[in-house]
Amino acid sequence: MNNNNEVSESNNSYSVAITGSGGSGAVTAGRIVLEAAARCGYLGLMTRSAGPQIRGGESAAMVRFSPDPVECMGNHFDLLVALDWLNIDRFADEIPLTDKSLILCDPAAGDVPAQLRSNGAEIREVPFKVFASGLPEGRINMVALGAMAMICGLQLEALEASVKQILQRKGGEVVESALRALSLGYNHDRRPVKAPLLPGERYDVWSITGNQACGVGALRGGVRFVAAYPITPASEMLEWLAPRLEKLGGSLLQAEDELASINMIIGASFGGVPSLTATSGPGLSLMVEGLGLALVSETPVTVVNVMRGGPSTGIPTKSEQADLDIALYGLHGDAPHLVFAPLSIHDCVFTTQWAVQLAEHLQTISVVLSDQSLGQSQAIIEIPPVPDMPWRRAIEEAPDADYMRYRVTADSISPMTLPGTPGGMYTADGLEHNEHGTPSSMAVDHREQLNKRLNKLEEFDYGDDWAEIEGQGDACIITWGSSTGVVKEARKKLRWQSRDIRIIAIRLLAPLQKQKLSRAIGGAGRILVVEQNHSGQLFRYLRAQGVLPKQAESLAQPGPLPLRSGRIIRLLTAKDE
Amino acid sequence: MPVPALKAKDYKSGIKPVWCPGCGHFAVLAALTKAMAHLGFEKERVAVVSGIGCSSRLPAYIDSYGFHGIHGRALAAASGLKAARPDLTVVVAGGDGDGFSIGGNHFLHACRRNMDMTYIVMDNEVYGMTKGQASPTTRPTWTQSKMTPHGTGIPRFNPAAIALAAGAGFIARGYSGEPAEMTRLLVEAIEYPGFAFVQVLSGCVTFRPDQRGWKEVVHPFINDVPTEDRIKAAQIIQADEGKATGIIYASPFPVWQPENKQVTELNLFEEEFCI
Repeated sequence: MNNNNEVSESNNSYSVAITGSGGSGAVTAGRIVLEAAARCGYLGLMTRSAGPQIRGGESAAMVRFSPDPVECMGNHFDLLVALDWLNIDRFADEIPLTDKSLILCDPAAGDVPAQLRSNGAEIREVPFKVFASGLPEGRINMVALGAMAMICGLQLEALEASVKQILQRKGGEVVESALRALSLGYNHDRRPVKAPLLPGERYDVWSITGNQACGVGALRGGVRFVAAYPITPASEMLEWLAPRLEKLGGSLLQAEDELASINMIIGASFGGVPSLTATSGPGLSLMVEGLGLALVSETPVTVVNVMRGGPSTGIPTKSEQADLDIALYGLHGDAPHLVFAPLSIHDCVFTTQWAVQLAEHLQTISVVLSDQSLGQSQAIIEIPPVPDMPWRRAIEEAPDADYMRYRVTADSISPMTLPGTPGGMYTADGLEHNEHGTPSSMAVDHREQLNKRLNKLEEFDYGDDWAEIEGQGDACIITWGSSTGVVKEARKKLRWQSRDIRIIAIRLLAPLQKQKLSRAIGGAGRILVVEQNHSGQLFRYLRAQGVLPKQAESLAQPGPLPLRSGRIIRLLTAKDE
Repeated sequence: MPVPALKAKDYKSGIKPVWCPGCGHFAVLAALTKAMAHLGFEKERVAVVSGIGCSSRLPAYIDSYGFHGIHGRALAAASGLKAARPDLTVVVAGGDGDGFSIGGNHFLHACRRNMDMTYIVMDNEVYGMTKGQASPTTRPTWTQSKMTPHGTGIPRFNPAAIALAAGAGFIARGYSGEPAEMTRLLVEAIEYPGFAFVQVLSGCVTFRPDQRGWKEVVHPFINDVPTEDRIKAAQIIQADEGKATGIIYASPFPVWQPENKQVTELNLFEEEFCI
């Protein structure tokens, strides 16, 4: 059964890992392959793995492309391209090979390590170094790229176009040399390895990382002020946003710490400018007090938390979905707010925009739980459509004499005046307050404002976007965020075996859409909650909320290794037998 | 249509302060509203931002836009507000614990960022709201707090010296017992184009009754102040025991302020991703 899976996987997608020591250009080569695949009509994904070194050290690029959307890595790799064998032991875990796999390497780099030979993969040798050294500025990664393209069935022209685009900033000589190296590698050994993939349709595509995609969503949502402190793996979002915000009439302020970032965006939002910060676990921990202030003063802000291994400093460069607990429960007091998780790199655009606009409309805080595997991976995706999203902040431009900033209204949303508006003056406060905003410790005011802050979230109609639901059948997988990709992959493979399952991928985690979720689960016999953390944070949350039938099981696997579809399929099928 | 000039009392919100009778902060509130009247501000174009503590209650007592945030983060909130809304006059108010202890890092970086705002610290050398603990400006031998029964035993934080070292371009010290001089300092501070730091000796009658003695020791700077010379300013600050008042240092520095001018459309950036 498992073998059938693997055969089907290889027919539907192609997976290649490129490894090398620091400076060998593994990641650049990966990006070129990915974008060449896009030019050949495929969609794709590239994840990176790097050691903890700041510069240098080993790195690996994993690329998978397919005529279908690619949202996770496969169970194994069809091809391993080793630019050298230094530090390969650090990656061996992350690059499962089979006897159908091929290893492409340079005999001059030494013998293929035993642990890689053991799985029976075929070895093809190409003298990368000899070819490269015969060229001015010759680079072995470009020779390897050519040989790799021949093996995967990518057209040389597509590779050349990607090389020109990606290396153009390095100058004409580098590009010229790279093109010659590419050609040498491509023409060296023209034995076909396997039938090429079915060609894809030519979509209009983007090549984008999840961090950039969250940035696009933020800008689409109207964010024009960002304050943030650098942190792995969120910094690229900030680096992408900074120069662009500046040209769109906004700004990015690099703060002295995360305590400052969150309070700065609160200040800017109080001034009327939709504002956001991006961070990762340690930064989110520091921001939590500020989030409470935004929530109680009803000053909308959005925090994109690009999760990494935790707790504490944890594993900064690797992915984990372990911040759901803090996102849901981190605040003191009764503090209902919005928590979202993008379901793919493509979805980072929609979910971030939705989060920003709902924070604005509901005058509350949105926490968006992206993660390293989305944020730092590069994907070829269909261009995300611009949704029709009407939600905006209710601004009171002409307050009358009765204006009260925290007035209890029918929808519990109190119109907000902005500084500069005559007659609308108020003091926003983290202290509990009455409808005027005057600090109050009276029970009646506390209850009234608690109800208001809860009701505005509970009574809002979130429509169908709270989750992506697909498939049918007795077995149902509930998942969230980046794990959705591998769950969808498991379903695809089960369908190749003529079996379907239901998937509920939750995008809006709080407030939990309990009735809708219960309806979606309705009648399922097997229920599996799949997520990438150690303690089953979503599983426990759903249990506590009383929406999980008794028989529900948890599949919680901590980072840094990615979940693989094979594990999900084995779990679903083993218990049936 | 000409608007009749506002008087100081017009800038008061009418909310009764939580402060104890005799608290120095009343005088700061009065001086600030006088400064606002003197400068002829439209109330709605002023935002007063604060953190937590007795003095941080000030925004609610002023009839303008206000933001009463969390402990220590007033300068951060104010910086975000000013970055997004350069059209507003931003005044930040707080105490010595809020500004120099929990908010110390923001103080350093607000000084060097030099955004156009005025930071008033009402320094009474004690945490009043939590009932009398030592603050960073409390003398090390003050033993009246149960939390530090032997005194803090550590040297005091010197706000003016640190502001200077951190790059502040305007540094002044006032005294709540000298309201007219304080109003003058605040007017100058608000008019200074950049980050203006005003330390106000504002006594706590409840937990530091000894500060009644300040009126005997507070005196104007005898040196030739203000100066534009950093070295001289450092000497003035270090030579003084912390009770001299006046503008110590005023020197123009480049102000950090985003332009917030849109020159292109978002779809141009989205096209960068197309293959």
